Amino acid sequence: MANWHCFKALERFFLFDVLSNSLFSVTEPVYDYLQGRPVKAADLVQIEADLAELKGRGLLSDTREIEPEIVREPLLKALCLHVSHDCNLRCRYCFAGTGPFGGKRENMSFEVGKKAIDLLLRNSGGRQQLEVDFFGGEPLLNFNVVKQLVAYGREAAGSCHKQIHFTLTTNGLALDEPVRSFLNREEIALVLSLDGRPGINDRMRGKGCYEKVVPNFLALIREREEKNYYLRGTFTAFNRDFSEDAAHLYNLGFRELSLEPVVELEGEYRLSGVYLEELKKEYERLAELYLEKRRQGAGFTFFHFEINLEHGPCLLKRLTGCGAGFDYFAVTPAGDLYPCHQFVGRSEFLMGDVFSGITRLDLRTEFGAATLYKKEGCSDCWSRFYCSGGCHANAHFINGSIYKPDQIGCELQRKRLELALALKGIEMYEK
Amino acid sequence: MKLIQPLVQGNLASTVRTGGCGECKNSCQSACKTSCTVGNQVCQKQ
Repeated sequence: MANWHCFKALERFFLFDVLSNSLFSVTEPVYDYLQGRPVKAADLVQIEADLAELKGRGLLSDTREIEPEIVREPLLKALCLHVSHDCNLRCRYCFAGTGPFGGKRENMSFEVGKKAIDLLLRNSGGRQQLEVDFFGGEPLLNFNVVKQLVAYGREAAGSCHKQIHFTLTTNGLALDEPVRSFLNREEIALVLSLDGRPGINDRMRGKGCYEKVVPNFLALIREREEKNYYLRGTFTAFNRDFSEDAAHLYNLGFRELSLEPVVELEGEYRLSGVYLEELKKEYERLAELYLEKRRQGAGFTFFHFEINLEHGPCLLKRLTGCGAGFDYFAVTPAGDLYPCHQFVGRSEFLMGDVFSGITRLDLRTEFGAATLYKKEGCSDCWSRFYCSGGCHANAHFINGSIYKPDQIGCELQRKRLELALALKGIEMYEK
Repeated sequence: MKLIQPLVQGNLASTVRTGGCGECKNSCQSACKTSCTVGNQVCQKQ
């Protein structure tokens, strides 16, 4: 049933109500009953009484949601500024084709970046909280423009009573003291790229990379009191035991982790469906590590395990997803606009530029309408309000359509969500 | 209730009336950049 999901995770049984976002601890007979297995007569009476009571209290939904009419103004919210289409690494799995996204290696000028920020501010309506991510390539190869754009963005946003939250994604090679000092002083949220153990990291990111970047990352997080960052790694078929990489990163001193499966169509490091069960088991090991550290009172954050059942986003946000191509765009060094950073270089998705604005209104309408109900298989999936139909770019990359989610990604998403719910449940139970 | 114990009582459905302000974080911008994980964002109205 798409409204409830009963599952076993971390040696316990849980029931999740999709529409209310309520979570229950259940006994094994309840689990068996909801899986359609036979249960003892005495248990059956109690199970049905308990379920009826919860339905009566509105905590279990009897019917699925009525699909609300989604009306949204086409306002901007976030930009991903590709300030450099060049890179000082040559990572094998890079979706930017080692920096230039199939184009030429170039940096963004201040003028183009300024136009992008102006476009964001001018087209964000009443929204006050806006976002700009400095991305690449490697954005620190154009550090002077980053500095200029932060100063300009803060001033321009302030003058129209808005706030821009800046993030920057970096491979860490250029994180010297003056750069770190700037990023910390300006409270720029950071995504730090590192895959884990030295051999694992250097196999994909280049020999000697680990040794060069780890001291920089450690100095950086120490100087910012270990806040406002994510250590973000990619795992591939070469490290299907990625919980070992998480443990390694934790032992180095990193507490805010995000490890993502590589999205690739071919190559020896591709994560094909053959590995699915193995990867699910590995997420279980990661959840056990997470639980162990949290029980010890040690800080440990894993991006996909951090869910907020009580104060998460509203239903409209969950139906409409990440906003790529509608209120979120990527900007190339030349000023071209694409639905998001992963679409950059795919000419059929060129949507305008920072000088003329968004000109492909047809595409914007299409992206805006690509809610989870329009995506294949999503309406009946119990995790629909957590992934919102999944990543448009991954769907298009794997299946040639933003409406056809990558099924391996879906399986992993559901597994991560089960574990996130179980971790939340155990935390509540042990409080 | 003997066999089912509520751990978290949510109210997601009611947000269809109160939500949609567009102030919460863009979902993949802050950490992953490769997956859509809207459910772990936090409502800015709270």
